[in-house]
Amino acid sequence: MKIVVAIKQVPERDAPVRIGAAGRWIEEADLQWALNESDAYALEEALQLKEQHGGEVIVLSAGPERAGSTIREALAKGADRAIHIDCDDLGNRDALGVARLLAAAIQPENPDLILTGLQSDDLGYGQTGVILAELLNLPHSSLILHVEKSDTGITVKRELEEGWFQNIELPLPAALTIQSGGTKLRYATLMGIKRAKTKEVRRVTAAELPVPSEATASLERIALPQKQKTTQILTGSAQEAAAALVEKLKFEVRAL
Amino acid sequence: MSGILVVLEDREGRIGRISWEAVAAAIQLSSIASEPVHAVVVGADTATLAAEVAAKAVSGVIRMDHALLQTYTSDGYTHALEQLIRVRQPDFIVFPHTYQVRDFAPALAARLGQTLIGDVTSIAAGPLFTRQLMQGRITGTYRHNGNGPCFVSVQSGAFRSDSVTSGNAPVESFAPSLDAAQIRTRPGLPFRAAAQTVDLGSAQLIVSVGRGIKEADNLPLVQDLAAALGAELAASRPICDNGWLPMERQVGSSGQTVAPKVYIAIGISGAIQHLVGMKGSQCIVAINRDPDAPIFEVADYGIVGDLFEVVPALTAAIKAAKQ
Repeated sequence: MKIVVAIKQVPERDAPVRIGAAGRWIEEADLQWALNESDAYALEEALQLKEQHGGEVIVLSAGPERAGSTIREALAKGADRAIHIDCDDLGNRDALGVARLLAAAIQPENPDLILTGLQSDDLGYGQTGVILAELLNLPHSSLILHVEKSDTGITVKRELEEGWFQNIELPLPAALTIQSGGTKLRYATLMGIKRAKTKEVRRVTAAELPVPSEATASLERIALPQKQKTTQILTGSAQEAAAALVEKLKFEVRAL
Repeated sequence: MSGILVVLEDREGRIGRISWEAVAAAIQLSSIASEPVHAVVVGADTATLAAEVAAKAVSGVIRMDHALLQTYTSDGYTHALEQLIRVRQPDFIVFPHTYQVRDFAPALAARLGQTLIGDVTSIAAGPLFTRQLMQGRITGTYRHNGNGPCFVSVQSGAFRSDSVTSGNAPVESFAPSLDAAQIRTRPGLPFRAAAQTVDLGSAQLIVSVGRGIKEADNLPLVQDLAAALGAELAASRPICDNGWLPMERQVGSSGQTVAPKVYIAIGISGAIQHLVGMKGSQCIVAINRDPDAPIFEVADYGIVGDLFEVVPALTAAIKAAKQ
């Protein structure tokens, strides 16, 4: 099976978030970067499918120069080669615009399966994989926890709301968005990291891909969230704060 | 082009709560854009659903019935709604931000050359749409550009379903043309992983643990607190993903929705997927070392500190208070 996994480099979880001077995006200078969490699960699912059925895993990522480190990480985990769409203006493109870039890069590869994470931890649109399917005229399913190859295509386990699931059969080629937690993630081995240095990373610039770049939805400004409640912060040492909380729970909430 | 369509979803044969919230959002948008709202119900036989919506203050109800829409498929819904949108040419299409909508609305919007502005929490003059970014740490305000229809989905709990007043709307039908060959996926029946043995929904006190606990070996810390309080133990998604606690203890959009008297969130940052499952709690306590964690936005009481110090102190204080 030839599998393309679309991944994104995002700010590391719990990274300090400061609003940039123009108020349109966060200050990126001091951020640490990481592979988006659900994309890591998409990559893992692809690697497991390759181990079971053979084939090739191609990692695809759009992003600036720094995204190269996340691409290498994916190669070190076992992806065979990569395509890096060099793009400094990801934030100005909407979900459709980014998916158009990715689709243009995927098209000549003719993969059997396209996997992406469910959503990015930064912008959180949760649309890229579904739009890719539409642009490439492929059947798709989203929020997938497990993929099994069948005689006619694949059977996937889809997460529904409130603890329900559903199996869905799809023909190949197809596109899936992968939910976190369906399987256990592997770590890159030392050998994998060494090998990754020699694997092919083909770079194309966004300008080389023939897609329109105007966005139909634009992010005008960002802000810190407004508090929905007045929070009483209980201060002091751990013991003092705990004692204050017990007082509140006992006499104000009447829960003890 | 004119008008607002709001596409509703049923839950066990009735219009679901989040769909009424989408109607509320559409009505708010109609007061900004001065355009009428038509509600769309989709299925094999939508007579009952249509009657339910027609009793509300919308300008009209559109029934979209077809045998191939009995069971949800992305292909079926996308083809059918594409036809309706091309005929009616609305300015706005509003959806509830459900798992089902997330599965097809981005494709539907793309087919019409548009991008869905998804998971919206508020709508202001412009119209400007606000949604969360960076896992709820910041909010972003979006504007739709160009002449095409604007697709919007609204977050669960963000608009008030009880603001939708009564009315008497006319019902019309729109028959989409669909062919079985257009539907490429074969969905199976929904199932649950295992019999539920924990009913968090009826718990009065819940102690809930998140990523901040760092490893499974640290769980006794929160188990002791739950035991001292007489509370049920719950968790955010990553804890259950790691297999540290069973899935049935997961609170959030993919787990259970709870509304206890007291919910103590320990080491939980408060991503929206978790918040939707617990923000209806009467009293929320957050213990987290990050003062900017979104959990503090919904908390009544907060302790900013190291859970490995605060939780044992709290367990001891509760034991002492109960003596």
